[in-house]
Amino acid sequence: MVSYIIQRFVAGILTIIAASIIAFVVIQLPPGDYVTAYIANLQATGTMVSMEEAAALRIQYGLDQPVYIQYLKWVGLMLRGNFGMAMEYNRPVLEVIGDRMTLTVIVSFAAVVFIWALSLPIGIYSAVRQYSIGDYIFTFIGFIGIAVPNFMLALIIMYVSYRFFNVQSIGGLFSPDMALQPWSWAKVWDLITHLPLPAIVLGLAGMAEVVRIMRANLLDELRKPYVVTARAKGLAEHRVILKYPVRAALNPFASTIGYIFPFIVSGSIIVSLVLSLPTVGPLLFKALIAQDLFLAATILLLLAVLTVIGTFISDLILMWIDPRIRFGMEGSK
Amino acid sequence: MAEAVETLKGSTLPPQRDAEAERAAADRISMATQWQLMWWRFRKHRLAMAAAVVVLFGYTIVLFADFFAYANPRQSDAQLSLLPPQPIYFFEDGQFRPHVLGLTGKRDPRTFRRVYEPDPEKKMYLTLFAQGYEYKLFGFIPTNRHLIGVTNGRAEDGIFLMGTDLQGRDLFSRLMLATQTSLTIGLVGVALSLFLGVLLGGISGLYGGVVDAIIQRLIEIVRSIPTIPLWMGLAAAMPSEWPITRIYFFITIIIALIGWTTMARVVRGRFLALREEDFVTAAELAGASQMRIIFRHMVPSFLSHIIAATTLALPAMIIAETSLSFLGLGLRAPAVSWGVLLQQASNIQAVAITPWLLIPAIPVIVMVLAFNFLGDGLRDAADPYG
Amino acid sequence: MLAEQQPILSVRDLRTYYHQDEGIVRAVDGASFDVYAGRTLGIVGESGCGKSVTARSILRIVEQNGRIESGSIHLRRRTSSGQVDEVELTALPANSREMRSIRGGEIALIFQEPMTSFSPYHTVGNQIIEAIRLHSDLSKRAARERAIDLLRMVGIPKPERRIDEYSFQLSGGLRQRVMIAMALSSDPKILIADEPTTALDVTTQAQILELLQRLQDEKGLAIILITHDMGVIAEMADDVVVMYLGRVVERGPVDTIFHAPKHPYTQALLRSIPSILARPRTKLATISGSIPHPYNRPVGCPFHTRCSEIIRGTCDSREPQLQPVGPDHQVSCFLYHS
Repeated sequence: MVSYIIQRFVAGILTIIAASIIAFVVIQLPPGDYVTAYIANLQATGTMVSMEEAAALRIQYGLDQPVYIQYLKWVGLMLRGNFGMAMEYNRPVLEVIGDRMTLTVIVSFAAVVFIWALSLPIGIYSAVRQYSIGDYIFTFIGFIGIAVPNFMLALIIMYVSYRFFNVQSIGGLFSPDMALQPWSWAKVWDLITHLPLPAIVLGLAGMAEVVRIMRANLLDELRKPYVVTARAKGLAEHRVILKYPVRAALNPFASTIGYIFPFIVSGSIIVSLVLSLPTVGPLLFKALIAQDLFLAATILLLLAVLTVIGTFISDLILMWIDPRIRFGMEGSK
Repeated sequence: MAEAVETLKGSTLPPQRDAEAERAAADRISMATQWQLMWWRFRKHRLAMAAAVVVLFGYTIVLFADFFAYANPRQSDAQLSLLPPQPIYFFEDGQFRPHVLGLTGKRDPRTFRRVYEPDPEKKMYLTLFAQGYEYKLFGFIPTNRHLIGVTNGRAEDGIFLMGTDLQGRDLFSRLMLATQTSLTIGLVGVALSLFLGVLLGGISGLYGGVVDAIIQRLIEIVRSIPTIPLWMGLAAAMPSEWPITRIYFFITIIIALIGWTTMARVVRGRFLALREEDFVTAAELAGASQMRIIFRHMVPSFLSHIIAATTLALPAMIIAETSLSFLGLGLRAPAVSWGVLLQQASNIQAVAITPWLLIPAIPVIVMVLAFNFLGDGLRDAADPYG
Repeated sequence: MLAEQQPILSVRDLRTYYHQDEGIVRAVDGASFDVYAGRTLGIVGESGCGKSVTARSILRIVEQNGRIESGSIHLRRRTSSGQVDEVELTALPANSREMRSIRGGEIALIFQEPMTSFSPYHTVGNQIIEAIRLHSDLSKRAARERAIDLLRMVGIPKPERRIDEYSFQLSGGLRQRVMIAMALSSDPKILIADEPTTALDVTTQAQILELLQRLQDEKGLAIILITHDMGVIAEMADDVVVMYLGRVVERGPVDTIFHAPKHPYTQALLRSIPSILARPRTKLATISGSIPHPYNRPVGCPFHTRCSEIIRGTCDSREPQLQPVGPDHQVSCFLYHS
């Protein structure tokens, strides 16, 4: 059991290291660097920058050194809690990111809660009442969820709410008058009332996927002999289903949540842009366009860390609910 | 006595015939190749058959995009900016004479938007296989034939099945071209990820041990990195001055970088399962070389799985390209793809005032569904127990 | 007293059909037999002949697309006041409180796959205690004590430790013992054992059969033993029912069935037992052909397609009925029709 945790933990650390390298390399890929972009920007507005000034800027940002040195320096700084400067904003990266990371976590978590809360009962219903009208309806919704990319879903919801409900703005995570106020219970409540829409937009595809897996697993489990054993005991049907097959189907369910988490985090980026949510999505987008090295790399890395933590938690849940893993019998059936 | 024999024969004949028919059916099944069996099973899947028709239709458009388009998709006309879809009238004085009405555009002095008025006096008659703008069929046959066109005048001024965009370009014609891009970019992306996946998955499944562990860890890492930010990062790395073809190629590589993991898992799983199969052991005992075992015995037996997995991977590719282009990080104008078209509908104002710009969402949804159904059908046909 | 006079369970003309898209499968098509306290009834036949569906029909746990079409299942039981009371099981709703108290209470089931018959997510103790508390009002603690006693009774070493283990931590033989302990938890009068030893090796098989026999002697259990193994039947059964394609083709005391089998199918089954007295390198007899597909059942006697003694014109057009051929011995075959 302990070795399993350690194994998952090491895997997580490896992923984070790999992600940090990928993040850094990706940012380095485009020809030119931030200073080039910065100078181009200044020139566009009519300010001339001399070669000396450019070189000085490069030295200031450490851009004159080889890539791996830059990477190591960056890692070194990060380990000391310093994520560098967001060049475009001329402020520390962490300060620029501010609440946005927390809000990204909250939005992603809300989507996961949405998936959990709905796919479990729907999956059970669809499996127990296989081929019923309700099953077909949920299957249909599931296909929609799989086929409509989430940003498109956001667009469609925007159109529908404008066209049929005359709602002018449905985006955002706060009411306009709340957005700039300091945190208070009222603001938290405001946030909660704004969460369902992004949660649904983000979670629908995942929910469809999880329902499909849950239904298939449950149908498998319902045919297993231990269900007959439970029935033969004289247990009432609903208790048979809830105690045994549902319990067994929770297993793949938990691992699915872990694997769906990266998709949610990644989807939140693009959905945030459409629904103008104050998460890291729009910030990352701008940073990438402006080649704002440290800001973009930090966001990419934090997102990777977020998914690693999410996956790790789902591994722990999996271990907690599956005695076979707990007793080191992973892989046995 | 003879009569009794006759009746006896008569009564036993039907079961015998049944048995014969049964045996014939059994023979047919045992003689059939794997592909025939797949086709028989696939045919029973109505939804998958319908999806196959849709997919074929989509690729017909890919081949003949300019033929299906009626207006030059690259030609902009400020006079026709943001024109709503216009109807086709099929009857004139009770006779079948399909026509459209000419339009006069004016700028509304208060909102500064252009408003268009149909002119009932100015009728333009439609015809099939009409002449229109010049293009090269398959890239090398110069022609100017189009599926529909106008007999008196230019199609560009008359037919607006789906309206126009901000630059006054006909949305339907652009959609035809976008289909060409979006449906092929997925194919190229899938081909690349297939190559990577089969290579790495094959190595992983074949050699096992340390190599397998490393590749598996690599897959795990790639999968746990959020894809869209990674795509965004990679796509943003493309210099804006690159030519379209290079961007197109680069985008397929970016998409394939993520897609190969699924393929690798499928291939590895099949390899591991097949290694234990009796016919592989038999081939080994018969002294077949490893290459021969892989390509004569193992690959054919999971080719069908690969095809199914490929079909199921296409929707993700299409969505990825659409998402990236939608963000402005993928294909850029003058290239046209579903995502590029949707970019014009990216804010609430556009959605509210010019909802027809959302039309390109429909082919995305339809094709993604079609590939999903087709893939499901193929997978079931390839492996009834899987 | 009850044992000698009246059967504790009487099944009459039971028909259980499965309704599927492709057609109706007549899994059980007119089965009749009696079960007596303290005796073992063996139901024998090839796989797919309706043995297991018969067991499930008695317990009323047939799958959703299956239905008991007709027939009756009478259970005679003694009420708390000592009077004999008779219930018709097919008349009870499958999920009614009364049916559930009979299922697992009066009639218990153990079956073939001891590996998958337990949930791998719950300890075996959890599953036994659940069964105990369903049919009694014992406290959790008392139920646990009883579960440990039961495990000890079926011969499980260190039951107080084993009770908190998961089924995958036990060996196949132990698992089947736990299964038996669970089935006995509510003191059933009838135990249905559906291929209880098929998945076990020969030594363990013998131990489990011995255990079943001991429990029968101690508690006066009626056992319905379902198996395809004539050897097990010979060792365990008092009475035998031979089934083919959902129908009872022959029925009688075990000695009669083994020494004077009447039905060609029973004869063929007996010929296919390997004998240690046989000369070396003699080929073991097999029954020609295979069981017809359930969708196209043969017209007439279900066995006529494989029968070596077929009477053309009769066996393939009319259905034989179960008719007596000796004391307690009945057979359904035109060869013996008077």
